Amino acid sequence: MADKAVSLAEKKLMDVKLGQLPAWLGTRDFTPNGVVRGIRGGYERYYNKYINVKKGGIGGIAMFLVGYVVLSYAWEYDHIKHDRWRKYH
Amino acid sequence: MMTSFFDQFASPYLLGIPLILVAMLLPWLLFPAPTSRWINNRLITVQTWLTGRFTNQLMTPLNFSGHKWALLFASLMVFLITINLLGLLPYTFTPTTQLSLNMGFAVPLWLATVIIGMKNQPTIALGHLLPEGTPIPLIPALIIIETISLFIRPLALGVRLTANLTAGHLLIQLIATAVFVLLPMMPAVAILTASVLFLLTLLEVAVAMIQAYVFILLLSLYLQENI
Repeated sequence: MADKAVSLAEKKLMDVKLGQLPAWLGTRDFTPNGVVRGIRGGYERYYNKYINVKKGGIGGIAMFLVGYVVLSYAWEYDHIKHDRWRKYH
Repeated sequence: MMTSFFDQFASPYLLGIPLILVAMLLPWLLFPAPTSRWINNRLITVQTWLTGRFTNQLMTPLNFSGHKWALLFASLMVFLITINLLGLLPYTFTPTTQLSLNMGFAVPLWLATVIIGMKNQPTIALGHLLPEGTPIPLIPALIIIETISLFIRPLALGVRLTANLTAGHLLIQLIATAVFVLLPMMPAVAILTASVLFLLTLLEVAVAMIQAYVFILLLSLYLQENI
């Protein structure tokens, strides 16, 4: 039996097919208010899944910090790429 | 393009957004607000316990009117200690290595303590410029010296934090480069240097926490004199 048809705007990111991705991005809200709501929503989802639990361990914060390290690397990549095979540092 | 060891202290930009902005907003994400529940989650419990103990210990020598500064000191301490410790992670940027930020914290807060002292008890505040029991011939010189030392306080506060963190980061980068370069040539020396690097990193963790604490402690001392 076929699932009920869901419009593109209501689908979550993981349910969107690759070809539909640009169209799905077009339905998202990129105004400043929308961006703030998106960041806040993402933070709340992460917080309630990994930190605000009965026996939260170090995993929640550790994942966050590793993500921060990766983000910092991406931010500094333009500068770091010069260090790769330098002869004199 | 000439790179130097000081390039780690320049805030990089991605899509026009400076990394310093992300680095300064991060402590806000790491410290969630306590809810009105009876028992919060483990992270909030640990954080509120630490902050409570620290604020209690800091407010003990201050009289009651100084307790209005509790929120400011506690939040500044948490901010500085988080930023310092996060800066020790690889590839991250430490905002407190920027003199502008540290002076931005030191000068207004020091000036606030001085103005409070001058407004509420001007005689006592000016009396701090002359230590008790000085011989009479020395009085003019000592007043000048004490005034200079008063005005150098914000400079010292800001530069202390900046210099300690900058020096620590530079040392880590230098010694890490040394280990990296020595590894193919003299592995034994490289392992020795690597152990120095390990000890240095432990020191840096301690320095990060201690420097933030010293900053707040000195401010509370200046407040004690003037409140």
